[in-house]
Amino acid sequence: MSVVLVFLAGIAAIVIWWISGQRLTSKPWMEVGTLDDIQEPAKPPIPTAKVGLGIFLAVVGALFSLLASAYLSRMGGADWWAIPIPRLLWVNTAVLIVSCAALQWAVVQARRGADDGVRLGLDMALATAVLFLAGQIVAWLQLVAEGYVLADNPANSFFYMLTGLHGLHIVGGIAVLARTRVRLLAGGTVSARPRLGIELCATYWHFMLVVWLLLFALFTGWANDFVDLCRQLVS
Amino acid sequence: MVDIPTSVGDVVPPAEVADVELYHPKSWWTKYVFSQDAKIIAVQYAVTAFSIGFVALVLSWLIRLQLGFPGYFSFIDADHYYQFITMHGMIMVIYLLTALFLGGFGNYLIPLMVGARDMVFPYANMLSYWLYLLAVIVLVAGFFAPGGPTGAGWTLYPPQALTSGTPGGRDWGIILMLSSLIIFIIGFTMGGLNYVVTVLQGRARGMTLMRMPLTVWGIFTATVMALLAFPALFVAAVMMLFDRLLGTSFFMPAIVEMGEQLKSEGGSPILFQHLFWFFGHPEVYIVALPAFGIVSDLISTHARKNIFGYRMMVWAIVIIGALSFVVWAHHMYVSGMNPNFGFFFATTTLIIAVPTAIKVYNWVLTLWRGDIHLTLPMLFAIGFIVTFLNGGLTGLFLGNVVVDVPLSDTMFVVAHFHMVMGVAPIMVVFGAIYHWYPKVTGRMLDEVLGRIHFWITFVGAYAIFFPMHYVGLVGVPRRYFELGDTVFIPPSVHTLNMFISVAALIVGAAQLVFLFNLVWSLFSGRQAGGNPWRATTLEWQTPQTPPAHGNWGKDLPIVYRWAYDYSVPGAPEDFIPQNQPPMAGLSRAPA
Repeated sequence: MSVVLVFLAGIAAIVIWWISGQRLTSKPWMEVGTLDDIQEPAKPPIPTAKVGLGIFLAVVGALFSLLASAYLSRMGGADWWAIPIPRLLWVNTAVLIVSCAALQWAVVQARRGADDGVRLGLDMALATAVLFLAGQIVAWLQLVAEGYVLADNPANSFFYMLTGLHGLHIVGGIAVLARTRVRLLAGGTVSARPRLGIELCATYWHFMLVVWLLLFALFTGWANDFVDLCRQLVS
Repeated sequence: MVDIPTSVGDVVPPAEVADVELYHPKSWWTKYVFSQDAKIIAVQYAVTAFSIGFVALVLSWLIRLQLGFPGYFSFIDADHYYQFITMHGMIMVIYLLTALFLGGFGNYLIPLMVGARDMVFPYANMLSYWLYLLAVIVLVAGFFAPGGPTGAGWTLYPPQALTSGTPGGRDWGIILMLSSLIIFIIGFTMGGLNYVVTVLQGRARGMTLMRMPLTVWGIFTATVMALLAFPALFVAAVMMLFDRLLGTSFFMPAIVEMGEQLKSEGGSPILFQHLFWFFGHPEVYIVALPAFGIVSDLISTHARKNIFGYRMMVWAIVIIGALSFVVWAHHMYVSGMNPNFGFFFATTTLIIAVPTAIKVYNWVLTLWRGDIHLTLPMLFAIGFIVTFLNGGLTGLFLGNVVVDVPLSDTMFVVAHFHMVMGVAPIMVVFGAIYHWYPKVTGRMLDEVLGRIHFWITFVGAYAIFFPMHYVGLVGVPRRYFELGDTVFIPPSVHTLNMFISVAALIVGAAQLVFLFNLVWSLFSGRQAGGNPWRATTLEWQTPQTPPAHGNWGKDLPIVYRWAYDYSVPGAPEDFIPQNQPPMAGLSRAPA
């Protein structure tokens, strides 16, 4: 359960940072209607949707760190044979990185107000995301064809389950991204609301890329080496 | 300290929160059924939770019939018995208490108490309820599936949960249970995002965090915990479904069943226990923290006195929430894990007693020299304090490894957790309903029926669970279908079991009085008016009762003070609402 505890420590650090700015040591029973407890906010408030996405990502992060914890814990079993990594996964990783870059480019274009650039960026991101998913499925098929089926070995089971859950999150992301794209379909300009939508999509995309890179590190065994190193440092 | 700032212009804080655009329902269906109004969703959650809770109540009757009078009821065989205890536990913990406190009270109270018009994501909020309903339906479907619901015990420990000896293990039971949990968690996440973000972003002008009522603090913290803890149950459920349906070996070790080698090998049942309790222990506080918060408000309002040590109460809630993530393995002392872990987890467990004890002291000190009105909410609140203290003390026993090992899986544990997270939170649920029912419906619940309900429930709960501690100390194991002629079990245990069962039947029946009261008062209760308890918090200051869509009139309320200005010296009345601007000439001594 070490991974999830590290993740929770990160969350705790964020909570402590946030809470330290909330005047939790004030004495509300002595402060009636005085101004000193609320100042004019220095910068515009964070959009609600952004806060919502941040908290949602914390939940997704908890989910995947729990899965990683389970993976590392089950890995010690005697019946564990690591699954070979198809070359295609490297390509898929590159495709996902391109998808992220395209979306980030769309965000930059939206801030500049360049509508055509936004559309191009979104189209690129959507196409590469679909390509990533297709690539993942082909990777599955290759592994199955080589005889690495789901139930044979816990390493296989974890591989299919983790890539599957990650893929489902990408599917959800594609649905939202497509909706954002459709809003711009009629040739309308990028106003504040779609711009926020694109930014949120980009944040989500980057997060899912990081999740994928960490999962990939797990599958290839680098994460394992890293954990071993940590264990040695601790003990 | 003087209650007046220099000019009125000073006291109005800047507009932190922009007015939200509300979704306006166009038809009866979108207004009352597929509603996006948090208040309607809250009632939907509450009605569904109580309906499924009633099923669990009937199951508890059947359990007690078997334990009190073994052999008399031929329709209860061992399989049924295990199905009853499993469904009773799971329903009560997740589908009743969690859904009611967060989905029910959270939805109703958060927007009203922080001065918002609605939750921030009303559409997701609506989906949350419908997924919850779907989860309940899938759960209930287990009763009608071939083989019946799962009988694995509410902890669903593999491998026994997936083997053929357990009811539902090789049939539909366990599949439906796990699917229902997965749906519930997805639905809860949608709701939970709403509760948290509404508290963060939707507060009215002047509603600083330290002016929020403790109810909101409790529900808020519990929701944050639930959002981080439920993924553990989600992961456990998904992996177990894989084991059951696709033949993987995440949790299933090599097993010979009926002379036949199962396909699984090498899986780790302990891994499941870690995942389950990583969710399971925070779950205790997910249920308890909203109860802590609500009871603080009930006590303060009905004792006409500010809550003692508000800051400590807030800090205690936050600290308990954080600590509850590092105690989970105290449920696993006998699982064969490293004994050094036991030492660590016993220490963290006992540390939680400190903030919890602070809360109990503060409730008692709030009552001290208060103007105590023994109204129904107050009765239930006092019942909660006593019961929670009681269950908490046995928790100190069980938190110690050496004491826990012999008591593990005895009725002592059953008595402990029923006291601390069964009876105690349910006391708060009842108190809260007697308290807020007038706001939800505009009518008071009947006082006499309420007193009958309280005394039978309170005394009856002790009649059930006090003797159960003794039964457990003698060594009677939990989950046993019948005791038979076991040598170490004295005849007094059988007599006590009968006594407990009779008490349980009576307490269960008393809940029908409550149910009748809810329905009868809806039509014939006394008109309540806007603020029958003369309370300070915002939900009692709405222009209409029940609050209309959008909660507030044209303007959102502005908050000038904390939630506990009761019996302020020199004030014209013994309460000052949170949205009451500062009054001239009113001075107060530093508290």
